[in-house]
Amino acid sequence: MLFRPGAHADRSRQQRDTHGADRFRALERSGGGTAHPVPGVTKRFGDFTAIDNLSFDIYEKEFFALLGPSGCGKTTMMRMLAGFEAPSEGSILLGGQDIAPIPPNRRPVNMMFQSYALFPHLSVWENIAFGLKRDRMEKDRINARVAEMLKLTRLEQFASRKPHQISGGQRQRVALARSLAKAPKLLLLDEPMGALDAKLRQKTQFELMDIQEKTGTTFVIVTHDQEEAMTVASRVAVMDQGRIVQADTPARIYEQPNSVYVADFIGEVTIIDGTANPEGDGYEIAYAEGVPPLFVATDKKFARGQACHLAIRPEKVAISAERPEGRRNVLRGRILDIAYLGNISTYLVELPHGKVIKAQTANTRRLAHRPFTWEDEVWLSWSDTAAVLLEG
Amino acid sequence: MRRALLILVPYLWLLALFLIPFLIVFKISLSDGALAIPPYTPTLDLSAGWEGIREFLTDLDFENFVFLSTDDLYWKAYLSSLQIAVISTAITLLVGYPIAYGMASAPDHWRPTLMMLVILPFWTSFLIRVYSWMGILSTEGYLNQLLIWLGLISGPLTILNTNTAVYIGIVYTYLPFMILPIYAALERMDGSLLEAAEDLGCSRITAFWLVTVPLSRNGIVAGCFLVFIPAIGEFVIPSLLGGSRTLMIGKVLWEEFFNNRDWPVASAVAVILLLILIVPIILFQRNEQKSREAEE
Repeated sequence: MLFRPGAHADRSRQQRDTHGADRFRALERSGGGTAHPVPGVTKRFGDFTAIDNLSFDIYEKEFFALLGPSGCGKTTMMRMLAGFEAPSEGSILLGGQDIAPIPPNRRPVNMMFQSYALFPHLSVWENIAFGLKRDRMEKDRINARVAEMLKLTRLEQFASRKPHQISGGQRQRVALARSLAKAPKLLLLDEPMGALDAKLRQKTQFELMDIQEKTGTTFVIVTHDQEEAMTVASRVAVMDQGRIVQADTPARIYEQPNSVYVADFIGEVTIIDGTANPEGDGYEIAYAEGVPPLFVATDKKFARGQACHLAIRPEKVAISAERPEGRRNVLRGRILDIAYLGNISTYLVELPHGKVIKAQTANTRRLAHRPFTWEDEVWLSWSDTAAVLLEG
Repeated sequence: MRRALLILVPYLWLLALFLIPFLIVFKISLSDGALAIPPYTPTLDLSAGWEGIREFLTDLDFENFVFLSTDDLYWKAYLSSLQIAVISTAITLLVGYPIAYGMASAPDHWRPTLMMLVILPFWTSFLIRVYSWMGILSTEGYLNQLLIWLGLISGPLTILNTNTAVYIGIVYTYLPFMILPIYAALERMDGSLLEAAEDLGCSRITAFWLVTVPLSRNGIVAGCFLVFIPAIGEFVIPSLLGGSRTLMIGKVLWEEFFNNRDWPVASAVAVILLLILIVPIILFQRNEQKSREAEE
């Protein structure tokens, strides 16, 4: 069986969803968990600064994701961790030791390449044993370790095949097994699922989490796919132009983004620009002439009249034909467009003054029973705590 | 039908340009020398009908091949050709590999220029290029002048008309045939393979031996055959640059043919040369096929 949706994957997922944040906080508190800090590292290529004085910590045994659009510097950062690029300034600490001057072949860090970089002239077995042989390990121990890796990645029956004789998914697992074989302190994964199709990718994500948990290795994944980062990682660092904008658990990245950039990059969001005015336990947001302000409950501090952005996720916006009762944020609009995605539908609703708000509903009923269609007048509403108030 | 036609064309080509000439040469090698035009007997007389053909066939024999095995000039010439071809192939590989490696690791925009520089010598006549080496290698030649001027030697070296000159000539002439297939193999190689090797604990040098060399193996094999096969039968280079003591089968063939006018023996020499070459040619074809399969 290729994938066991039962015990393991579910447990790891649950752990991530509910305990992920706690686990991370516990590590943070204990202090001893900060195994691999990157205190202020900079990389320049000529005039171009790829990594701009970046500081972050990677905790032991965590699954850390560097997420960002192409060209944000995440690959450069990963190559610096692997040793293929030397930082222009700053240091990288691994277990208290600065590894910046150590060449890649002497680092206790291994990398799984985006192209997998499997040696085409070597069999699967030889590929996995490659790193072990370089360490001049005894034959018996190499055999045992390779067998262990083959078992972990369920490649036992492909051991004698060459890379071009196996499928893309199997190749991906060989690459993983090869990079794990030397039991690195840090395993770097460069877009590990970029070459897989959507179905296989999802399955592989769960496998990857499973393997990370079983081996207890610290994983650092580089990806531009936010869904992938959210699924596998215990902590996600969102990068932009060589800086980390926010590094936090997937839930907090999604629910409490610290900037418009993060809110916009992760998932779908509607951003409403306005000015904040303190009111009760939150703020009233004036966003257009002649319409009642929106209300958001928050403990962030804003000055009266300060420019701000209100970020609201589409799934938190309820859409109804009748005016809903008991909610402070109620707007009337007209359906401009509907994106039907099968399980959910996204509605683009235009307010009278032209602002378009996204609302999402799960399609629990058959399409024929869908209550709304194009040009319908509908009511949008959300709770006081649904939106996130962000600084301008 | 159209498929059959399509296949027929290359086979007809092969038949006309390889098999028929080979059969003619083979037939001459079975004949006896004669003072006639053409200088051998028997000739096929079709006007005599069946009788003529039978007479023709009975006159053919393997006498010339027996002769070749009794005179040690021939097998010495074969061995010496083999030796010169093997050594010059090895030198060409040693010179060509670094050049191909350098070309493959050069920046992208440089590669077409470098490629052209390798091919450029083909634009002038091969004969002129070999002649110009005579000017370089002779006792008063540029090489000796340079070495004396640099103070490395006191008197001129005798290079021309020795085996050394033959090696230089063969290496020079066939270098592009070595460089191009190796370059093609190296250029296709994914650079991340070397990074992966380093990441797994290789030094740069071990990564070269464990990854780069095995992956360019097909290029190396192709290049070696492309140099070895023509070098073994080389005639122009040993006769222009080599001395009287340079023994190569191509030269022997020439002398049998034009000096002795012994066409049957010359043909027998050619047939044996072909038989010697068939082994590497088959190996070469197999290598090509294997590398094509590996790509699929």
